[in-house]
Amino acid sequence: MNVIESNGLGKRYGANWALRECSLAIPDGHVVALVGPNGAGKTTLLNLTVGLTTQTAGVVTVLGGLAAGSRGALDGIAFVAQDTPLYRNLSAADMLHVTRNLNRHFDDRYARARLAELGIALDRKAGKLSGGQQAQLALTLALARRPELLVLDEPMAMLDPLARHDFMATVMTAVADHGVSVVLSSHVLAELERVADYLVLMSGGSVQVAGEVEQLLASHRVLTGPASEAAAYTERLNVVYARRGEAQAHLLVRTDGMTDQAPPGWEVHPVSLEELTLAYMRDPGAAALPGPARAALAQPMEATN
Amino acid sequence: MSTLTLPARAEHDASLRRLPWQRMAWITWRQHRLTLAGVVALLGVAAAYLLITGLQMHDAYAAVAACRPHSDICGQAATNFLDTYAPGVGWVLGLMQVIPALIGAFACAPVLARELETGTYRYAWTQGFGRARWTIAKLVPLALAVTIAAGAFSVLVAWYVQPIFAAGDNNGPLYPTLFDLLGIALAAWTLTAFAIGVLAGVLIRRVIPAIFATLAGWAGLAFVTGLFLRPHYAAPVVTSSADIPAQAWLINQGWFRGGTPASLDMINSTLARVDVRALTPELFQPGPATPASLGDPGQYLIQHGFTQLTTYQPAGRFWPFQLIEGSWLLALSVVLIAATVWVVRRRAA
Repeated sequence: MNVIESNGLGKRYGANWALRECSLAIPDGHVVALVGPNGAGKTTLLNLTVGLTTQTAGVVTVLGGLAAGSRGALDGIAFVAQDTPLYRNLSAADMLHVTRNLNRHFDDRYARARLAELGIALDRKAGKLSGGQQAQLALTLALARRPELLVLDEPMAMLDPLARHDFMATVMTAVADHGVSVVLSSHVLAELERVADYLVLMSGGSVQVAGEVEQLLASHRVLTGPASEAAAYTERLNVVYARRGEAQAHLLVRTDGMTDQAPPGWEVHPVSLEELTLAYMRDPGAAALPGPARAALAQPMEATN
Repeated sequence: MSTLTLPARAEHDASLRRLPWQRMAWITWRQHRLTLAGVVALLGVAAAYLLITGLQMHDAYAAVAACRPHSDICGQAATNFLDTYAPGVGWVLGLMQVIPALIGAFACAPVLARELETGTYRYAWTQGFGRARWTIAKLVPLALAVTIAAGAFSVLVAWYVQPIFAAGDNNGPLYPTLFDLLGIALAAWTLTAFAIGVLAGVLIRRVIPAIFATLAGWAGLAFVTGLFLRPHYAAPVVTSSADIPAQAWLINQGWFRGGTPASLDMINSTLARVDVRALTPELFQPGPATPASLGDPGQYLIQHGFTQLTTYQPAGRFWPFQLIEGSWLLALSVVLIAATVWVVRRRAA
């Protein structure tokens, strides 16, 4: 089942396309990092996915073919929006009550146990909680709904490092315990690198890279060699990004499973996810979609696993 | 995992029962109880004032009503009563015109505008309940609550002004600042202000501008209604008789000669013969040469070819007018609230 699937998806605000020709197929069972610079269209894509916005072009389905925003989709997807909006004048207990009433499923025991662990007093008003606690409360409410898919839009933008760590720990516990699929957006990859096993990189309103992290890492290499020879290789190889010093050049190359044999005088290194992401982000035009996304798109309705 | 096809998932979607409406009852109450308390407080303070001053006024009128036999002395007592109380009542009821606007702007406009302004709609609209039903479940009980509160208040207003009518005040129940507060009009206007408020809130998406838009929208509608619509709910009575029924709503009164409206100059040129100046078509000022036998200058004008035409609505049309105004305000409110729900459904966040 694909938790999110889109084809030719586009969203226009006035004259500007916030999202354009977005085609994706994200299989379930992953923790997906949705990464891209500010204004890349991440929030627009997520808003379309959770049904807050309707598209201008194309289609988007969720949870294996449900229309985004339909009853089943609302039921199966929990969304924590940017800045984790909560009713500030309601207590944590009231927020639990509201969320329980608004949903078919709500695991009250889980929610209360989580809040107790986090030291969030039930009678405390949401507006009086710290930024980290507000984010944790919003996340707890979302997870207590027992969603199939948890969508988090820039959940950690306002949090300090410790709160980020705690937040991600809650997410990863839910992944381990309940098998929820997760899509997290961020403009900082570093905070997702340890947890994400699927990467969607967006820029300028479209998807630039999409695929499982392992496959992406396996299909890219960094070549280091004499700067004078770099130009010749740039033509022959699928170079994503080239950085040339006076003596040495670093080329990030998409090998797509080709052999790791380096030309004489060149060294081959594996690439880190951060290097890879930064390389694509630096050159939004050059990147082709890596294999996985294309393969999935060819047969959009087929379950991937 | 087997391949899931679209139709299967669509069936799954349809098989999910909608969550029952009553799930929203507690939420609406919890989120808006302070708002409702504010409405009750506003009406409560106004009601307390009406009750205290009204009891006093009823006492004073009881003495007038007990005056026997009907004579000049009793007539004078009634006039004294009106001179004492009617101006104050006029002021109080004039101020109370803004009650629907205050409720609509300060209590109702923020209901959705605050969700949109603070971003909590992104929480509320992504829960399983569904945003259109969430909106309906919020708006309908709130609309009922403010409408019923306003309706109850207008019963008190009717009791309050009753001695003024009974003492024979010139202004009847159709008088603009009275009509709005009596019968079903206050409830209907409050409902309309509510509907204007929630629609403004969802369109403007910010609390303070939505409050001002609601005040402006209500004021414009009330102005247009009082000036251009209400006088025409039924064809007004036009008469040349000076004998206008008691407590009729005078819409227009003017001098005519030869079937056309007479200007002040025409009136003055006729009255100059008896040295009377007309300051307005109704207000005459005698001069030193005015004959003592002249009497009413109006009669003099009538004797000299002028006609005074009065356009009015008889007081007996109060209830038909209430029903007409109540009906179209109700219809307008339903349309505005439906539009609000539609905007929520369609709104691209």
